[in-house]
Amino acid sequence: MINPIYRLVAPRRIEVSYDVRSLKDDRVIVRPTHLSICHADQRYFTGNRSAEALAKKLPMAMIHEGIGKVVYDPAGRFKVGTKVAMVPNSPVDSDEIIGENYLRTSRFRSSGYDGYMQDYAFMKADRLVELPGSIDEEVAAFTELVSVAVHAITRFDSIAHSRREVFGIWGDGNLGFITALLLRKIYPKARLIIFGKTQEKLDYFSFASEVHHIERIPRDMKLNHAFECVGGIGSQYAVNQIIEHIDPEGTVALLGVSEDHVALNTRMILEKGLRVYGSSRSTPADFQKTMDLYEQYPDVPKYLANLVSSVHDIRCIDDIYRAFESDLTNGFGKTVLKWNM
Amino acid sequence: MIYAAILAGGKGTRMGNVDKPKQFLMIGDRPILVHTVEKFLLHEEFSRIIVVTPEEWTNYTLDILERYIGFDERIIVTNGGSDRNESIMAAVKWIEENEGLGDQDIIVTHDAVRPFLTHRIISENIASSLENEAVDTVIAAIDTIVTSKDGKTVSGIPVRNEMYQGQTPQSFNIKKLKTHYESLGPQERSILTDACKIFLLKGSSVALVEGEMFNIKVTTPYDLRVANSILKEHINR
Repeated sequence: MINPIYRLVAPRRIEVSYDVRSLKDDRVIVRPTHLSICHADQRYFTGNRSAEALAKKLPMAMIHEGIGKVVYDPAGRFKVGTKVAMVPNSPVDSDEIIGENYLRTSRFRSSGYDGYMQDYAFMKADRLVELPGSIDEEVAAFTELVSVAVHAITRFDSIAHSRREVFGIWGDGNLGFITALLLRKIYPKARLIIFGKTQEKLDYFSFASEVHHIERIPRDMKLNHAFECVGGIGSQYAVNQIIEHIDPEGTVALLGVSEDHVALNTRMILEKGLRVYGSSRSTPADFQKTMDLYEQYPDVPKYLANLVSSVHDIRCIDDIYRAFESDLTNGFGKTVLKWNM
Repeated sequence: MIYAAILAGGKGTRMGNVDKPKQFLMIGDRPILVHTVEKFLLHEEFSRIIVVTPEEWTNYTLDILERYIGFDERIIVTNGGSDRNESIMAAVKWIEENEGLGDQDIIVTHDAVRPFLTHRIISENIASSLENEAVDTVIAAIDTIVTSKDGKTVSGIPVRNEMYQGQTPQSFNIKKLKTHYESLGPQERSILTDACKIFLLKGSSVALVEGEMFNIKVTTPYDLRVANSILKEHINR
């Protein structure tokens, strides 16, 4: 079969190319239905990556957040029509200690190999997680982002000491919102304090115990543990504020991606004996756990529906350009693409 | 019920020196016809995908479908008629004899030699033909179209904004198609090479679905070279 793939060939330029695939190989064939734009895609689209990175990675189909419908499975593992979330991480090796999303050999869609902007995604069966029938598809589109937060919290649970009464979350964007919401459910008795710099965005965190502007943090603010969901150069200020306010032996989770090196107050990390850990991407188990959380706490997907800031019907390449340009103007929330190419 | 008919009746007369019908020539690692049938298999809406082929190529068609795709009960191979419309009617006849005809049944007909069609084009054909008696897939004309009756002088230059180039699929309500076609005399049948035109003559409206520039018909050696070279852009990612 000739599979059309819509690849970014240069910043703001997408062209169709074709891949010859057989229906007989071992892959499950998924028709993408709802996709969601991530900041990482925007950095490619706008050319906000080093010339070296662009030269190495393009041409490439963007998008690693998405769901679809199984249209063909030669081995009959999935029924045709089954709605699935697609896991973008694909390990090449396995390691009994190191997680598949941290192995340097693992491949990740829309970062080095093609994402979901294709007529059909050819997926390994273990990279698909069935969606609950009742799920809002526009929310399910960004399951991958939610699973990244689930992964970070799962790791936190195995690393951090057991006093979990006060959490600080830095970042009033999508990832901060999702992480805070999940912490609310997983640690229902804890105080959740959100730190951000835009009051309008902080107002969305209606489930939080407190919200604070980062320039007006009370001096006596104390936290057991903290999650950094800021990214960019802002993460430097965020992590240093965390180091200042966190209790000794607290755990600091770093989730925000920065293109720049970040200078940290390591002296105080030492003096307080802090544990700082990085968290990135996710695994099929995190996707499954996300689905279980949606079923256990039906209000979670309802809260997440507030993040859907715009939905675009995509029938041609110009529609993709329009969706990405519109996403650039969104201060908060996720841009969802109904994939009708 | 929703059916597909893959029109593979061509005998390759336009393909220069090759002696195989053009639907069996290779693009990439498989015959063109196989690429096309695979596209239809990925739409679960189709209860049958009827491949209409010249009688002498029936076994060959069955063999390559088996080799490249494997057995699939949705795929049927039947023999085509003398021209395009007769081939469509051969598929209709197969349906009538084996499944019966319902008032709402539709058929999405497609040239076997257009393997580049997309999921969207097929989906929109299905959706539109459930609401309209006939559907044609077209792209807006880029070049100015000029008409000439004698092949020597221009007899007209139609307004370009109103000009489109026809592609396939073309999709129809099967019962209407059958009624309209059967009402034509032999001479009309020989002139009306396009099934959508039959609907127009009978006063039905034909809805448009937007095609794609790259939904090309591989009918000349040049087309085959173009098709194979655009596939070579493939990057193993």
